[in-house]
Amino acid sequence: MTDFIHALSDFRFMQYALAACLLASIGCGTIGAYVVIKRIGFVAGGIAHTVLAGLGIAYYLGAAPIHGAIIAALLAAVLIGWIKLRWRQEEDVLIAATWSVGMAVGILFIARTPGYAVDLTSYLFGNILLVSGTDLVLMAVMDVLIICAILLFHRQFLATAFDEEFARLRGVNVEFFYIFLLCIVALTVVLMIQIVGLILVMALLVLPAAAAAQFVTSVTRMMLLGVALSVLVTSLGLGVSFATDLPTGATMVVAAGMLYAAALTARRILRPM
Amino acid sequence: MTTTTTAVNFSGVSFTYDRSAVLEDVTFSVMAGEFFGLIGPNAAGKSTLLKLLLGLLEPQRGQVQVLGQTPRIARQHIGYVPQFPTFSRNFPINVLDMVLLGRLGVGGTAGAFSAEDRAQAGKALRAVEIEALTNTPIRELSGGQLQRALIARALVCEPELLILDEPTANIDVRAEEDIFALLRGYSAHMTIIVVSHDIGFISGYVDRVGCLNRTLVCHATGEITGRTIEELYGAPVRRIMHTH
Repeated sequence: MTDFIHALSDFRFMQYALAACLLASIGCGTIGAYVVIKRIGFVAGGIAHTVLAGLGIAYYLGAAPIHGAIIAALLAAVLIGWIKLRWRQEEDVLIAATWSVGMAVGILFIARTPGYAVDLTSYLFGNILLVSGTDLVLMAVMDVLIICAILLFHRQFLATAFDEEFARLRGVNVEFFYIFLLCIVALTVVLMIQIVGLILVMALLVLPAAAAAQFVTSVTRMMLLGVALSVLVTSLGLGVSFATDLPTGATMVVAAGMLYAAALTARRILRPM
Repeated sequence: MTTTTTAVNFSGVSFTYDRSAVLEDVTFSVMAGEFFGLIGPNAAGKSTLLKLLLGLLEPQRGQVQVLGQTPRIARQHIGYVPQFPTFSRNFPINVLDMVLLGRLGVGGTAGAFSAEDRAQAGKALRAVEIEALTNTPIRELSGGQLQRALIARALVCEPELLILDEPTANIDVRAEEDIFALLRGYSAHMTIIVVSHDIGFISGYVDRVGCLNRTLVCHATGEITGRTIEELYGAPVRRIMHTH
């Protein structure tokens, strides 16, 4: 623990890593609440894996990977949202197809990229210790955008998640707000890729919010507690991975899984079914 | 909203799912301020008629007008209580926040609910006598309390037309009487259409009854007889008197 605190004071990359944890927690804690209440964890997973196509194409074209990731995530959100709205019957098959084809396209483009070999593992499992100052600014900007969207349209997101038919009767454009929410989820996914990677992004997006849901009776409180729990598991994961020399992203997700299990157990004890 | 004496007007409305006709040439009107009951056996087309009324379906033939407009435009002025809640009882939301969602479409689109929205929600909760449950999570409500909360959610937009689909289907007889007495009080201020399976019960409250079984025939409540019910349900009906 003392070594971790010394490392935080001595090394800029550790300070950046902790700042990235805090910024990612704001995104996953708030948007994670919508993902949990709307039950779109699988949809978020589909978007997360399609991001690899954007990364691969950006590498191939020599563009910034993050720009490719943002474009791919938004396209995947609109495509998957449209699939869900139009072909509800085949939704799971179509999302799985988008998921796997997106990843495959990314790998093919990366394989054909001339020059140095790209370390795919850093995108699949993340490497928070490589976060740069520019990445932090981008993450902060995305957090601001996410918070603005929530402040402006929380009522519509809540109504759409809670009771779609009633929301439609009250004049809410349910289809628009569903796709809009998926676009925000997509931006959050991009935000977190650098922290925990594609494979594990879904867990961090869902588990802190799902743990928070065990103890609160409003979505706003679920967001606030979700952010706090997310800060806890990402910081804890960073500290533990530093002390034990384990992969940081995977350690964070194991911490999030343990937190969720503890929350479920605590709820059963406090409010037996 | 323009003043009109006819709240709802169906004119020669037909609707078919695939090849199965659900409504055939339905023509009826509900006057402003009327308390109208709609009854019929299962698969008679009651839910379809409500969906047409709410603008969730478009008629294949005929015309539907609500408050002098198309249902889609008029639904901002309609309060609706569904038969079965289409949401999860474990959703993290309390009674006040659920009722506030009924204020969507009133006022601005962006931002939080206003002080006026909250005042109206408080008024609606008082009207259905569950003000004490304001901060209670919906998962802790009884069937009757949830039904009152849903009625409050429908009332909070100050509707001109209140539509209730089997509002007492999931609650006990005592709560059923309380809710219909509440609605009777509201019928002085707005048009109410209630769908029910219990003709004997609702005829004590409503002004007129529409008997639906693909086609619709309206009766004043005094005109409902055993023969009317037999014709509607297509089976003999027995009247059982009992006292406790």
